[in-house]
Amino acid sequence: MRTRQNFIAFKTILFKEMVRFTRIWVQTILPPAITMVLYFIIFGNLIGPRIGEMGGFDYMEYIVPGLIMMSIITSSYANVVSSFYSAKFQCSVEEVLVAPVPHYVILLGYTLGGVARGLIVGALVTLVSLFFTDLYIHNLFITAAVVVLTSVAFALGGFINAIFAKSFDDISIVPTFVLTPLTYLGGVFYSINLLPEFWQKASLVNPILYMVNAFRYGILGVSDINVGIAFVIIGLFVCILFSIGIYLLHKGVGLRT
Amino acid sequence: MNAISIRNLEKVYPGDGEVYALKGIDLEVEEGDFFGLLGPNGAGKSTAIGIICSLVNKTAGKVMVFDHDLDTARVLVKACIGLVPQEFNFNVFEKIKHIVVNQAGYYGLERRLAYERAEHYLKKLGLWGKRNVQARLLSGGMKRRLMIARALVHEPRLLILDEPTAGVDIELRRSMWEFLREINASGTTIILTTHYLEEAESLCRNLAIIDNGRIVQDTSMKNLIAQLDRETFVLDLAKPIGILPEAPGCVLRKIDDRTLEVDVSKEQVINEIFTCLSAKGIEVLSMRNKTNRLEELFLGLVKTDDSMPSTVKAHAH
Ligand SMILES: Nc1ncnc2c1ncn2[C@@H]1O[C@H](COP(=O)(O)OP(=O)(O)OP(=O)(O)O)[C@@H](O)[C@H]1O
Ligand SMILES: [Mg+2]
Repeated sequence: MRTRQNFIAFKTILFKEMVRFTRIWVQTILPPAITMVLYFIIFGNLIGPRIGEMGGFDYMEYIVPGLIMMSIITSSYANVVSSFYSAKFQCSVEEVLVAPVPHYVILLGYTLGGVARGLIVGALVTLVSLFFTDLYIHNLFITAAVVVLTSVAFALGGFINAIFAKSFDDISIVPTFVLTPLTYLGGVFYSINLLPEFWQKASLVNPILYMVNAFRYGILGVSDINVGIAFVIIGLFVCILFSIGIYLLHKGVGLRT
Repeated sequence: MNAISIRNLEKVYPGDGEVYALKGIDLEVEEGDFFGLLGPNGAGKSTAIGIICSLVNKTAGKVMVFDHDLDTARVLVKACIGLVPQEFNFNVFEKIKHIVVNQAGYYGLERRLAYERAEHYLKKLGLWGKRNVQARLLSGGMKRRLMIARALVHEPRLLILDEPTAGVDIELRRSMWEFLREINASGTTIILTTHYLEEAESLCRNLAIIDNGRIVQDTSMKNLIAQLDRETFVLDLAKPIGILPEAPGCVLRKIDDRTLEVDVSKEQVINEIFTCLSAKGIEVLSMRNKTNRLEELFLGLVKTDDSMPSTVKAHAH
C-alpha cells in the first residue's frame, strides 16, 4: 500500500516542525530554562530550606520532577498549538491537505513535533536542575514512559486547541486558564496529603496530578497515587485525545468549509 | 480518458448569509487538454477548484479525476493533482527550498529525489538563486513562481492554476506562458483560471465560462472566436468633419470632429468603407480596434449578473 509514502510524509512533517522550533529557539527552547532557574533559586534555594522535608525528601528534590514535568507539558502543548494554528492562519496547512496524507499521519507528525520540543526542553531543564540538586533516577523505564506519554497527551491537546482556535488569542486561553492552574494544582509544589480530605479527592480529577506523581515515582520512588493507575489514566487520556483529533480532522473542523 | 469529469456539482457555503456558490455544474476536461475556466469575480471558479483539490467540501454532485472517484478514492485523486492556488499559501518564514522539498515529501517522494526535483523546477522558474531565502522576502511574481514549482515537484498528471499570472509583469507573464505550454506539451493536463482573456486565447484549447455558479459556455477556443461576428473600429481623421457621411452597408458613428466609429460584420470587406470615405474627401490617419473582441463577447455572456452594479453603488456611498 502507501505505507512507505505515508512514512515519508510523516518524517517530512516532523522534520519541518523541528526546523521551525530550532529556528526560533530563543522563543521556544530558552524561556522554559530561564523560568526553571528562577523556580529553582526561589522555591528550592531560598524558600525550600524553611519548608523542610516533603515526602521524605528535601523540598528542592521533591519539586524538581514536578518542575521538569511542568516545562515538558507547557512546551509540548505550546509547540503544536502555535505551529498548527499559524499553519491554519497562513493557509500553509493546505500544503498537507491537498496532498495524499492520511489524517493520522498529519496528527502524528504535528504531535511528535511537539513531543520533540517537549523532550529537548525537558532535557535542558533537567540539566539545569543538576546545578541545584543531585538527581538519581529510581526507575528509568517508568520515568521515560511517563515523560513521553505526557508529552504526547499535551501535544495532542495543543493540536485540538489549534483546530478550534479562530484567533491568536484563542491559542493562549487554554494554557492560561486551564493548563497553568491544573499544573499548579497537580502536585508540582506539594503532596496532596497536605490537603484537606475534600480537596485530596477533588485533586484526583486533575489528570496532571497523575502525570506529575508517576514521574516523581520514576525519579524519587515516591508518589501520592498508585503508579499503575496513573499509567492507565494517562494512556486513556492519550487515546481519547487522539481519537478526538482524528475525528476533528475527518470532519474538517476549522480546515474545510 | 477524461482528466476531470464533474456531474451536477453543487456548493452551498453555510452560515448567516448562505452562499449558493455552485448551482449544479457539469464539466469535462480531456486528458492532455489546456483548459480555461473563466468567469467574473465571485463566479465560483475557486470554489470548483477547491472541491477538486479537497480543500472545500462539496454539497452535492460527483467528481471524477482520471476515473478515480473523489468520494471513494480521495488519496488517488490527490496524488494526480498539483495545485497553484489563487492566494499565497506557504509559510512565509520557511526557506524556498524547504517549501518545495517538503511538498514533495507530503506526496511521498524520497528526500533525494525531492531535492533533485526541487532544484530542477526552481531553476526552471528562475528561483534557484533564492533557494535559501525565506519566502516572505520574495516579490509577488516570485511568490507565484514558487507556488508553480511547488505544484510541479511531484510531477502531477493534472496541474490546476488559479489565476497564476495575477500581479505578474508582462515579460514574466509571457515566459510563464511559454513554460506552461512546455509542461502541457510534455503531457500534463492543465486547467487555468484567469481574468486576462488574451491569456486564455493564447493558451487554452477549450474553455468554460462560469457565471454566478452556472456554466454559461463550454466550448473550444476556436468556436468561441467564431462567435465574434462583428467588430468595431475607431478611425482617427486627418481633418475635422462637419456632418456624418453616409456609408452604405455599414454603421458609422461620429464620436467627435476627428473621430469616427464603424461596426463591421465579419463578411464585409473593409476596403468598401475606405472607398466610400475617400469619395467624400475624408482621410483616415489611423485605425484601431475599439476593445478586445473577446472581452466584448465575454461581457455579453456574463452580463446577466446584475449584482455587480448594486455592490459598486453601495461602495460609492
Ligand atoms: N469560505 C467561504 N465562505 C463563504 N462564502 C464563500 C467562501 N468562499 C467563497 N465564497 C463565496 O462563493 C462565491 C464564489 O466564490 P469563488 O471564490 O469561488 O469565486 P471566483 O470565481 O474564484 O472569484 P474570483 O475571480 O474573484 O477569484 C462568492 O460569492 C464568494 O463570496
Ligand atoms: Mg477565485
